[in-house]
Amino acid sequence: MSRLPRFSGLGEAGRIVPASGHTAVLTSITSAAMAFLAVFALALSLSSGQLAQRWSDTLAQSATLRVSAPASEIAAQTAVVVEILRTTPGVASTRVLEIDEQRALLEPWFGPDLPVEQLALPRLIEIIEAPQGFDPVGLRLRLAAEAPGAILDDHTRWRRPLVQAAASLRGLAWVSVALIAITMAAMITLAAGFSLAANAQVIGVLRLVGARDAFIARAFVMRLTLGALIGATAGTAVGLLAFALLPVAGDTGFLTGLGFRGLGWLTPLAIPPLAALIALVATRAAAFRVLRKES
Amino acid sequence: MIRLTNVSHDYGGSGLLSRVDLHIAPGAFYFLTGPSGAGKSTLLKLCYGELRQRSGDIALFGQDLATLSRDALADTRRRIGVIHQDCRFLDHLTLAENVALPFVATGRPVPEADLRELLTWVGLQHRADALPPTLSGGERQRAALARAVIMSPEVVLADEPTGNVDWEMSQRLLSLLVELNRMGTAVMIATHDLTLIRAAKSAVSARILRISDHTLQAAGSDLS
Repeated sequence: MSRLPRFSGLGEAGRIVPASGHTAVLTSITSAAMAFLAVFALALSLSSGQLAQRWSDTLAQSATLRVSAPASEIAAQTAVVVEILRTTPGVASTRVLEIDEQRALLEPWFGPDLPVEQLALPRLIEIIEAPQGFDPVGLRLRLAAEAPGAILDDHTRWRRPLVQAAASLRGLAWVSVALIAITMAAMITLAAGFSLAANAQVIGVLRLVGARDAFIARAFVMRLTLGALIGATAGTAVGLLAFALLPVAGDTGFLTGLGFRGLGWLTPLAIPPLAALIALVATRAAAFRVLRKES
Repeated sequence: MIRLTNVSHDYGGSGLLSRVDLHIAPGAFYFLTGPSGAGKSTLLKLCYGELRQRSGDIALFGQDLATLSRDALADTRRRIGVIHQDCRFLDHLTLAENVALPFVATGRPVPEADLRELLTWVGLQHRADALPPTLSGGERQRAALARAVIMSPEVVLADEPTGNVDWEMSQRLLSLLVELNRMGTAVMIATHDLTLIRAAKSAVSARILRISDHTLQAAGSDLS
């Protein structure tokens, strides 16, 4: 005798179900496709989360104060406002924008030759907040009393919808991840059902030699879980490769910021084991259901 | 060991087996005869719990089949070796792996020395690596016998084990089953081959049962 039985590698149960067959291939392909989509959904979720944080942080740490007054009074009004800000708790620093900076702000709309000096433009004061922030309501009341032409814009009306939009996007991305997981579980459950039906002879032989349901189920679970793991690993690898090959165009825009950064590249590595776990649970449930039904 | 009391069975049409009483005792040797379609295979399946009877009682090793849990039935089947005419192998596993399957299915390590000895006993030690589709009819039957006895069952049920082999091979299979019986294993062979039964008379003291008119009858005198 040249060789004795070797039920190793996959585990003794796993080798009992033939590796070939369209259900095993279907499981692997489904897992690969779902893992590929999951990589994109995960990237969208992480990117939108980072974007929401970035927008929130950027806008939350600054405010703008607009001083409107007749040309003869605007310098005095600005000085009053700056003094008010200097004594306001929570204001780290203030800076009155120069005429050139205001021209640069208006240039996209009016072109480079705009005679800013001849316009009755308000003066803009940039406020940088201290970490604890300032009280915008209190500041508005004080400005109304001492500098009626000054209007505080703490960016709330801009910040809130942007952050909400980014948060919604992140929520949708997580819903997509969940739907992908559910779809994958459903597909693998169907594949498990087909596999059990196609391997009725295997089940018959195992019953004949005294195998319990748990062993038979484990044989199918091992086979399909391995297929799902291999497929999901391949799908994740292709998805990560696609992101790695995406052109980098800076990180200020949303679409150009779509992808993984730093340790974020490690996040998709959770997809293959999660896919295998989904396959394991789905196949086990399907196997026991079929085995109970057929006896 | 296996006791059927007033057992009837059918497949939804007219009755196939009616009020069958059978007791397979330890160390006994039985031939089960009858024409094709009489219910021999059905009776064997009832004996190892693959089929559930329509009425009557079946007890396997003192346990009522009707009350056995699924796991308990699986455990009970390990005490019964079954040989089918079509052998029922897993074609992607080697002969040795198929023979060792009962150990694998019960989560026990395969005793390599016992496996070697068993394959030598059935004359298949040189075919251990062969896949079932490449085996001849006689080799398949001997491999099925090896698989049926590897767990040292208390009873072996063989359904037409010589149906696909020539006379010489059927004699060899019979001698293996007789040898097994001499070691204390109860054997029941379902066959319609009366010459096989006659050939066994000189080697073993066997009871001969016949299914006729849906009932089980002792038929020893008819064959002498």
